[in-house]
Amino acid sequence: MSHMKELTKGLFKENPTFIIMLGMCPTLSVSTQVSNALGMGVAVIFVLTCSNIFISMLRKVIPDSIRIPSYIVIIASFVTVVEMVMHAFVPAIYEALGVYLPLIVVNCIILGRAEAFAGKNGVLDSALDGIGMGIGFTMSLSFIALIREVIGAGTITLFPIGSFSGTITLPGLSASPVRVMTLAAGALLLMGYLKAFFTWKSTKGGKA
Amino acid sequence: MSYIGILVTYIFVQNFILVQFLGLCPFIGVSKNSESAIGMGVAVTFVTAIASVVCWAVHTFLLAPFGLEYLRTISFILVIAALVQLVEMVIRKMSPGLYKALGIYLPLITTNCAVLGIAIINIDNGYNLLESFTAGLAAGLGFTMAIILMSNIREKLDMTPVRKVFQGVPIAFISAGLMALAFMMFDKSLLTNLGLV
Repeated sequence: MSHMKELTKGLFKENPTFIIMLGMCPTLSVSTQVSNALGMGVAVIFVLTCSNIFISMLRKVIPDSIRIPSYIVIIASFVTVVEMVMHAFVPAIYEALGVYLPLIVVNCIILGRAEAFAGKNGVLDSALDGIGMGIGFTMSLSFIALIREVIGAGTITLFPIGSFSGTITLPGLSASPVRVMTLAAGALLLMGYLKAFFTWKSTKGGKA
Repeated sequence: MSYIGILVTYIFVQNFILVQFLGLCPFIGVSKNSESAIGMGVAVTFVTAIASVVCWAVHTFLLAPFGLEYLRTISFILVIAALVQLVEMVIRKMSPGLYKALGIYLPLITTNCAVLGIAIINIDNGYNLLESFTAGLAAGLGFTMAIILMSNIREKLDMTPVRKVFQGVPIAFISAGLMALAFMMFDKSLLTNLGLV
């Protein structure tokens, strides 16, 4: 039962993006297209889960005073793995993510979970925590990307499978999209409104 | 690109916060009052400028000659972490006053995306030593400008009645969005028109 809780808390109750507000930089910068958001999400899930497992396994070996540098080295190793794998197999997404892929190293979600959870808990719980938080991050990232892409470009970009080109074009919207949503300003405005929406929802829930 | 071109690019056209979203966490977290915003801005500028130079040197003299470019991410983050520690120690010895002002912000800078970001961007763009330094300095100045403007806006916002759900972070994001709209004025054509490319 409690293991299940570690997995699901990252999805809604402690959603890294909307509730704890961690890892804002990649959230806003790669959410211009749904496919980029999914690619980033998969990379973060992998790094977060692996680093959580490793840090949890090594938590009794790593001296307390140098734990942060050790965590960063572990995380950076996995980021390098992801970078090389993505470069080899999905070059298009690798190009689109650009500088934000190596920047996963300094994504606060990963170091934050290492410090707050994996450094204190067992391997299984840490792995589940990593997967849950990673999925929560991917969900909110894709959610923001979906809104931005639909309103800002009138399309939904997924992955090309067979004869399907990978892009769904929405009639009407794609002819005259609200271009600002795909730009930096739109991302910040949308984030502000979404955060206000979630605050409103949680305070309403508290009163009821 | 000329040095002035690089300065204008990273301060305005590619402003780290409002255009590239690098360093957003401290931008929202530390912009509540202008004093701490200035402290954070100066500390970041200091570190981005030095880190640009050191990371460039590490890449050019240690990684590239041995074909170890894939170790870029891991070596840069270690260099930056060590550098921040070093800067902290040096400032504490040399100028206790400055240390008192910057002290609490320095450790936070290791995980600031802006620092690792500019180091990687320098390498990706193939800048030389001086260009890297200029880009690092400009990125830091752009960050400082944005965070100081933001802190002044937030100080004013504290005095105004804001709907309860928008208080704090949401209104900060929306203000930043409006600032980013204004910054769209600075685009690539600015560089061309000024003859800086």
